[in-house]
Amino acid sequence: MHTILFGIYPYIALTVLILGSIARYETDPFTWKSSSSQLLRRKQLIMGSVLFHVGVLIIFFGHLIGLLTPIQVFDFIGISHSAKQILAVVAGGIAGIMALVGGGMLFHRRWFDPRIRRNSSFADIAILALLLLQLVLGLATIIVSLQHLDGGEMARFMAWALGIVTFDPNAASYIQNAALIFKLHIFLGLTIFLLFPFTRLVHMLSVPLQYLTRPGYQIVRSRRSEPLSKQTPGE
Amino acid sequence: MKVRAQIGMVLNLDKCIGCHTCSVTCKNVWTSRDGVEYAWFNNVETKPGLGYPKDWENQKKWNGGWERTKRGKLQPKQGAKWRILANIFGNPDLPEIDDYYEPFDMDHDHLKSAPEMEAFPTARPRSKITGERMEKIVGGPNWEEILGGEFAKRSKDYNFEGIQKDIYGEYENTFMMYLPRLCEHCLNPACVASCPSGAIYKREEDGIVLIDQEKCRGWRMCVSGCPYKKIYYNWESGKSEKCTLCYPRIESGNPTVCSETCVGRIRYLGVMLYDADKIESAANAPTEQELYDAQLDVFLDPHNPAVIDAARADGVPEDWIKGAQESPIWKMAMEWKVAFPLHPEYRTLPMVWYIPPLSPIQNAAEAGQIGHDGEMPDVRSLRIPVKYLANMLTAGDEEPVVQALERMSAMRAYMRSKTVDGVINAAIAERVGLTPELIEDMYKIMALADYEDRFVIPTTHREQVEDAYDLRSGCGFTDTNGCSTGISKGSLFGGKSRPLKMPEAMS
Repeated sequence: MHTILFGIYPYIALTVLILGSIARYETDPFTWKSSSSQLLRRKQLIMGSVLFHVGVLIIFFGHLIGLLTPIQVFDFIGISHSAKQILAVVAGGIAGIMALVGGGMLFHRRWFDPRIRRNSSFADIAILALLLLQLVLGLATIIVSLQHLDGGEMARFMAWALGIVTFDPNAASYIQNAALIFKLHIFLGLTIFLLFPFTRLVHMLSVPLQYLTRPGYQIVRSRRSEPLSKQTPGE
Repeated sequence: MKVRAQIGMVLNLDKCIGCHTCSVTCKNVWTSRDGVEYAWFNNVETKPGLGYPKDWENQKKWNGGWERTKRGKLQPKQGAKWRILANIFGNPDLPEIDDYYEPFDMDHDHLKSAPEMEAFPTARPRSKITGERMEKIVGGPNWEEILGGEFAKRSKDYNFEGIQKDIYGEYENTFMMYLPRLCEHCLNPACVASCPSGAIYKREEDGIVLIDQEKCRGWRMCVSGCPYKKIYYNWESGKSEKCTLCYPRIESGNPTVCSETCVGRIRYLGVMLYDADKIESAANAPTEQELYDAQLDVFLDPHNPAVIDAARADGVPEDWIKGAQESPIWKMAMEWKVAFPLHPEYRTLPMVWYIPPLSPIQNAAEAGQIGHDGEMPDVRSLRIPVKYLANMLTAGDEEPVVQALERMSAMRAYMRSKTVDGVINAAIAERVGLTPELIEDMYKIMALADYEDRFVIPTTHREQVEDAYDLRSGCGFTDTNGCSTGISKGSLFGGKSRPLKMPEAMS
């Protein structure tokens, strides 16, 4: 059971995430959007959304870098496992609380504001609820984590994550003895990956960073398939 | 010089009767769908008033359009690109739907299904957003119709800038005019500039500004970027939508729906050639009052042989050059100078222009004594203050507006003299810098306004850009859903099923 959940389920979740997102982008690009509800109700959105997004982004990149960087890199730079764990706890804790407060505001607005509630799909509400639950679980792991600050357990999660992305068949066994709260957090995280392509979360793949590098401001589209010089102008 | 062609529009406000036919036909064609009930790609406002959405002209509040920075750089008033991206989680400049109005429907069914009651059954309003009963409707698409509401509210109108407005609240001095509005299809569109996804674009061949619905991600920066508030966020689909200038009609040489159905025949459509290389410097003119002249300078004379050669080299089709030569827009904007851009100070170089309205002489009792300049009334004593029109059309510069009103007034005097007295009074024409021939041409196009004179629209040359053979067995217009019939049981990815309503066989 442990192997299925932490050795096989990650691959199922990641496969659905990747293939599902590609399929959605290809077949139904019209549904690919941020689904902003700011127009319908501004109240609570700006504060809630900024807190939530900034918090989640810090957490996301924290996990990405924290889990997938080989532990040897930290050793090489000279950051002790203990120090890394404390960094993760502090940064993750602050960002987690930001995201939880912001997400809470967004959820309150979505559930109790009749305009937003009426125009929310099941997926909209459910994914926000799951994200909030995941934030609570994540913050709860801090309590367990504070009981042993040697960074050992953290190193095992790093080994597991690295094992998954490097197709290590024994990956699941590295976290065999982890505390239940961590396992729940990981399982829910993988489930969110699984649900990703079927929810509004896909908008995070469209972060419009290319806007910053777009030459100038204006965009003119031409139907011309070949350059002008080859064409005979007019009749 | 880079020659491009653009379909421009002129609205002759002197003839607008405020019937809203343009708005209603446009709505029936384009926005009678979920999520855009509140959106009017074309609307008609009574001025002075706050308009729709409320106070849209006040860019201190909305930060739409462009600004010239202290260092002389042109950038969206919302901020530079990084600033716009930083607002992506919550856009501080975005209007709320209540700034437009909460869309509603009436319980019409109750009128026929109500049981026998003491009181007559009524159809009460119900919100289109929540489906719940609305006890009181507090706003609508045309809430200030014919000066509705108190003057204290309406006088917040941005065009009163620099005017002692209190006297216009008095019954004797009140004035009004209609302002039909639609997307300006600007030469320097702020919506395109503020779209982080790059989904909004201007078409090279006719200048129409469109939103790619499959590329739009709903970051909603265009809504706040457009100073005319003519981009609407569809709250049901999560995408932005806007006036398309009825491009399927324009491509086939037909006028837009609003223009076609205009009962006052106030709308004109025609080609303007412009120099794309001059746009940025024109939009970045040092002072706001220079913007009108700067935009005139962007347009190219289609009769000039050098321009014609350059246009040919830049791929402008021959009939488009001919269209530009016969363009009513060129005549009104450039030759007679009676049409003006709406709020040039937004620096977007708009392409829907307006002929200011004449109005009765302010004080009829005194009309005999003052305000008469020979055969023509002094346009400065007209009921609508010239400054008000100038604030709307020339960033406050009164001279061009005065000249336009004088020319229109001269046209009336000249034609009255000609048809009533049978006298050709060339002196009238000369006094306003025109010739009898020009005045008669003005009369033909502006007063008679035959269909062929109003709409000079060359067709699109798709044969130059695509091979029709490759398009065989294609699927025509679709609802961004490939070649499907539209009959589907919803989508795994949250798209809604929109079944086609097929006529059913009768038993």
